[in-house]
Amino acid sequence: MTTGLREKLEEALFPPVVALLIALVCGDLLILSYGQSPAMVYRLLLEGTWGNAYGFGQVLYKATTLTFTGLAVSMGIRAGLFNVGAESQLAAGGFLAAMAGLAVSPGMPGILAIPICMVAAAVGGGIVGAIPGFLKVKFGAHEVIVTIMLNFVVLALLNWAIATHLNVPETLHTTEISSGRLPRVESFIGAFHGSAANLTLIVALLVAVAVWFYLFRSRQGYELRAVGLQPDAAEYGGIRVGKIWFRAMVLSGAIAGLGGINYVLGYKYYYEEGFAGGSGFLGIAVALVGRNHPLGVVLAALFFATLSQGGLAIHAFVPKQMVEVLQGVVILAVAMSVPEVRRALRQARRPAAA
Amino acid sequence: MNPVDFITQTLRIAVPYLFATAGGVLAERAGIISLTLEGFMLSGAFSATLGTYYSGSPWIGLLCGVLGGLVFGLIHSVATIRYRADQVVVGIAINLLAIGATRFFLQLAFESSSNSPRIEGFAASASARGFDNPLLWVGLLSAPILAFFLYKTPFGLRVRAVGEHPGAAESVGVNVTRIRYIAVAVSGMVAALGGVFLALDQHQFTDQMTAGRGFIAVAAVIFGRWDPARAALACLLFAAAETLQIQLQGTQLIASQFISMIPYLLTIIALAGVVGRAVPPAALGKTGD
Repeated sequence: MTTGLREKLEEALFPPVVALLIALVCGDLLILSYGQSPAMVYRLLLEGTWGNAYGFGQVLYKATTLTFTGLAVSMGIRAGLFNVGAESQLAAGGFLAAMAGLAVSPGMPGILAIPICMVAAAVGGGIVGAIPGFLKVKFGAHEVIVTIMLNFVVLALLNWAIATHLNVPETLHTTEISSGRLPRVESFIGAFHGSAANLTLIVALLVAVAVWFYLFRSRQGYELRAVGLQPDAAEYGGIRVGKIWFRAMVLSGAIAGLGGINYVLGYKYYYEEGFAGGSGFLGIAVALVGRNHPLGVVLAALFFATLSQGGLAIHAFVPKQMVEVLQGVVILAVAMSVPEVRRALRQARRPAAA
Repeated sequence: MNPVDFITQTLRIAVPYLFATAGGVLAERAGIISLTLEGFMLSGAFSATLGTYYSGSPWIGLLCGVLGGLVFGLIHSVATIRYRADQVVVGIAINLLAIGATRFFLQLAFESSSNSPRIEGFAASASARGFDNPLLWVGLLSAPILAFFLYKTPFGLRVRAVGEHPGAAESVGVNVTRIRYIAVAVSGMVAALGGVFLALDQHQFTDQMTAGRGFIAVAAVIFGRWDPARAALACLLFAAAETLQIQLQGTQLIASQFISMIPYLLTIIALAGVVGRAVPPAALGKTGD
């Protein structure tokens, strides 16, 4: 048992560590190309993120959205599906959350309004996830392409709705919701003043626990993982693969959609065009680095959030776009080292097993 | 409006799509998923801008743009073929990398977060409507050239074999790995030409100037069912829709957002098989273990 755990940990931890080292070297080169000292820039990056309450609050805020999208993508991958649509699912979730918040009576207490908005967010993402799920099961349409294409369609649709009907004049956002707002962390801990971190954070952690329980402790989760590992064998074993796939896509979309509340209910209190801002795509990176395990996803979300907030902290010395390059490098390095590490570790273990 | 204007504008808009789509068809027929077209185009546009700016010659810029595409094509092929990384993940990583790297080096080279200074281009006279640009003609001819290579040359036969039945191809002595490396590298260079065309046509590089064109090209590859001629027709169709959108601007007849959806909706419909199912090359995406 313990050796099994150790092997799993080795397989899970090697790729991110290798990726981090490669990213550090690339970062060094980029910083040096700007004539700055890597040690100084990296220190600034850490001080601006984990070194003060405001920066840390911003990291938590960004990590919250990424936890949702990362969990959404991993849910798909566990079922053998690649959901590239978290970006539009997140946007649709935020959109419906705002619509619900505007629709309920302004005086409605939060204890009622917040759950209504949350359900709306999950429904919004779930619908966008259901379409590729349905097309996959019914027609065999590949979910990667459908989700990519659907991103453009859904975002165009939302942009149209905002630009022509629902915006506050001269802006690209809706009016603010008055009920359904989630409190900021700063209202409990003063040091977080000004940061966007809010109680969605707790929701994200609860969803992570729920996803873990669903995947590893429930019958449905067992079936889902069986389908992900070997769809043919699962089908032969009496599992209806199509049903599992459809359900996984709906759940995946719903989780991504729920992430929309971080911005809409917790930060700005309105839906704004483009608020997802790439968090859906970064969710793929988070799932990959987090090895599709809820705990890994939370840690990976913190890592990527640190990078993106860190970019702002170093911007006076090195353009913040450096972290975008590093994000790409990390994803690439992890993707490249995962199969390599697996092969290497298996080879290393083989004599011991024989 | 004047039909000649409409056709010439459609052709000019189609050129970047035609290049990127030709690159996409080539890589995917060899079995490698091409979600990287956006990144290839962007790196091509930026490298071409750098080259043209520092040399003053669009020809040197063209060469640099192709090299930029080659670099990203090689990253893509090494990651997916040598390291057997997931092709979709690598595609997304390369697009992020291209956006980040072009932004970073835009700052470094020109101290701007939005655009480069003005550069030279090919098109000289206003009366020629851009048709005195040699790159435009290469773009329009890219589909027939690719079709000739794919269907009439031994190399093309190998590419198709590698994309459909790599095992069978291997057993008759085809070097699957080498064919795939070449296909993806060439794909990067060809797709980059789409970005080169954009940058030289607009006489500058602007941040994220490809604006999703690489994904429209992905749509064209699928909607054209991985065939050079049909994919090129898809490009022309999408470009015509875009021209229509530009022409209708301000008329309130139909919101631009709905016209911009056309390529994506058509592709989803094609994948769902409502009008003749789109079936990808059999070995597409399968380089993992």
